[in-house]
Amino acid sequence: MPVLKGKELRIVGFLCNWCSYGGADTAGVGRFNQPTDLRIIRVPCSGRIDPLFIMKTLLNGADGVLVSGCHPRDCHYAEGNFYARRRLEVLHRFLPILGIEPGRFEYTWVSASEGQRWQQVVTRFTEQIHKLGPAPKIAGPAASETLRQMEAAL
Amino acid sequence: MKYQQELKDSIRKALPGLDVVIAWSAGYDPLHATPHFIRREEDIDRLEIGPFSVHNLATYLPGLRGKKVGIVVKGCDSRSVIELLQENLINREEVTIFGFPCTGVVDQTKIRKALGHTGKVDFCQIASQTVVIGLGGEEHKLRLSKVLADKCFSCQYPNALISDHFVGEKISPSVQTEGDDDLEAFEKMPMDERFAFWQKEMDRCIRCYACRNACPMCVCRDHCLAESRDPHWLSQEDSVRDKWMFQLIHAYHLAGRCTECGECQRACPMDIPLLLLKKKMNKEIKELFQYEAGVDPEATPPLLSFKMEEENINEREW
Repeated sequence: MPVLKGKELRIVGFLCNWCSYGGADTAGVGRFNQPTDLRIIRVPCSGRIDPLFIMKTLLNGADGVLVSGCHPRDCHYAEGNFYARRRLEVLHRFLPILGIEPGRFEYTWVSASEGQRWQQVVTRFTEQIHKLGPAPKIAGPAASETLRQMEAAL
Repeated sequence: MKYQQELKDSIRKALPGLDVVIAWSAGYDPLHATPHFIRREEDIDRLEIGPFSVHNLATYLPGLRGKKVGIVVKGCDSRSVIELLQENLINREEVTIFGFPCTGVVDQTKIRKALGHTGKVDFCQIASQTVVIGLGGEEHKLRLSKVLADKCFSCQYPNALISDHFVGEKISPSVQTEGDDDLEAFEKMPMDERFAFWQKEMDRCIRCYACRNACPMCVCRDHCLAESRDPHWLSQEDSVRDKWMFQLIHAYHLAGRCTECGECQRACPMDIPLLLLKKKMNKEIKELFQYEAGVDPEATPPLLSFKMEEENINEREW
């Protein structure tokens, strides 16, 4: 969308299939206004999310990562989000050592009926990321640049 | 080392019932020890323990499953053995543990920095807190406290926490620093400086994976994510991003398991401060779950369990 070019940041959302993805759908069906920065990846359960997914997303240039699953005690698979909660909390506390603002990653719980709450979560998280601005990028040559150098050397 | 003879006697007694005993012996020069595999009685005489016994020999244990193995451990190494037992990566009845009171090991990087030269070492003597190193006809005197590994200054467990045979008297930990200065100082830096710091450090990485291979808890061997093509976590590119990502994989796969033996950092040929990441992880695990890895063989690692109501995790209601 050329209108939004330069104004939009790149936010990746990992949503569990049973609650939060449904919640996002509910928000859509209810035609609640939402910022458009978020790109959603649907996963079977918040317990499926390896904290390394989030790490990799951030290192590859995402400005923010949002994870959302079923409320604790409400997991479709009974206990997936309990494990997820521990892993994600550890990740959240670990990020500052790398020089990545912990606010670039948040996790929360949204159920399939909470369309309104989903709108709120997305809006607030997007605001938070916009306040932080674009994420610092890893310097160094991109793949194409490396290839060019290799060719020049040969 | 005071208890060396006692340790040799103890091994000599146990050796007939064992396939191999892993210990240390003198290395290629007086400043280095090397892992020593004792299979026959005459191998025992070459055993040497002391400040150069830096290697964490527990790294060899998972690969020797099915054999009767004896292992000599320092306090920190014993925590790795406990962690391996806890995760059923080794069988308790196959392992015979020899413990001794450790008074600290040296950091070769510190010695190298102090001498500024890594030529042929003629001799090395350690007497009452002073290390005398003969190098190119010259004598260099270093204070032992200047060349001990950082981990030894905050060591809580100088004696093996688990052992079948313990030689010598147990000593009490001589904790000289409270908390961790390195980590605290690092966490005072602003975010952008930290980000730049890691980029600079990771740029030096040569992807040799020595950190992984030396790590006693890295037990995946041929199935490591770093070499997996499906899923393709890391490319073959020599980029900071891939090298940094690998260190994060390492740190995450050790979350709640790392015993801070420091082998990753010791093995690193580029002296990248990898232990900093692991220390931070352990600090957060300890704060969140009051858990320390490698202390209790019966415990469950915190990320493999949960509580319905977590005491230290606040739900983010927004």
